[in-house]
Amino acid sequence: MDDLIVKVISKIIIPFMQVFGIFVIMHGHLSPGGGFAGGSILGASLILLTLAFGLKEAKRKMPHTISKIVETGAILLIVSLGLFGILSGYNFLTNGEAGFHLGRTGEIISAGFIPIATLAIGLKVGSTLITLFHTIIEED
Amino acid sequence: MELIKELLDHINYVGSATLFVIGLYTVLTHSNLLKKVIGINIMETSIFLFFVSIGYISGGITPIIIPGSEDIIYVNPLPSTLILTGIVVALSITAYSLSLIMRLYKEYGTLDMDKIMELRSDGQDE
Amino acid sequence: MKKLIFALLLCGLLFILIAGILEMPALGSIDNQSYNEVAHYYIDNSINDTNAPNMISAIMTDYRFFDTLGETIVLFTAITVVISVRIIAAGKSHYMKGDDIDG
Repeated sequence: MDDLIVKVISKIIIPFMQVFGIFVIMHGHLSPGGGFAGGSILGASLILLTLAFGLKEAKRKMPHTISKIVETGAILLIVSLGLFGILSGYNFLTNGEAGFHLGRTGEIISAGFIPIATLAIGLKVGSTLITLFHTIIEED
Repeated sequence: MELIKELLDHINYVGSATLFVIGLYTVLTHSNLLKKVIGINIMETSIFLFFVSIGYISGGITPIIIPGSEDIIYVNPLPSTLILTGIVVALSITAYSLSLIMRLYKEYGTLDMDKIMELRSDGQDE
Repeated sequence: MKKLIFALLLCGLLFILIAGILEMPALGSIDNQSYNEVAHYYIDNSINDTNAPNMISAIMTDYRFFDTLGETIVLFTAITVVISVRIIAAGKSHYMKGDDIDG
């Protein structure tokens, strides 16, 4: 696992993969894609990092302390979005009626909490993939 | 001839049924645990294909609304949405079974289901 | 021998499945029963309800968000189970002392 070509190519390609993943997540309500697709791309970039540079280097870049916070924080963000609906007098997880900014169709900041929820799901899926991979390939 | 025409009309469903049977055959006949997991994944894929095929309308486009245009047929968006959930559950099941298999390999030193059963029954006799 | 028996049994299952499938409406026909008023409601009203052009996103994170919430909990459970099987049940000493699993 010490190949120069793989390392150099991964160094070039990983930032582009992560930017593309963030693009897919942020445009989840406008174009094909969404939380799961973008989160899978983010997780795949970190898996490529692990495969090219080894587990130790990847854990230095993406330690479990960070992915732990991201995983639990994404669920808490979704639940707090739902509780906002209850606070304003509607049902759990109410979008437009509860006062979220609906905006104009086709803009990035529109459609109520859909971009926030997509972002939360994307971060959740990406960190889940990388945690599962790191935990499974860890040597005994 | 009639039967072949009917089969061609339902070709995706026939493919998904065939994939399901192939996956079930893999699960039933192989005693290697990894191959069993591969068989379960093939069965999951067949179910995804079946659901997405149900939502397809011929001539329909992807369910992303083009503003200001009428008389466009969109495919049914509901099965695709449900399958997104299914894919995540499939991923979770695969990760869980792989971790259990690694633990079994560490305990018994083999991936073969029959050998593991023999080792377990030997241990109980003593 | 075992493989032959299973192959014959599964051929029977395949026959039953295909016999049931042939009763379904043809692939892509517009009078499919699943293309009912629910799908028509989503197609007609989702742009007014949520202002999101992507119908899949609108359904997944607005109409049926509770489903998605449950599915993130499934992911969370998967992580918990994998960590407990791989690290805690394996009795890794540095984890049992209370350190983090980064080691």
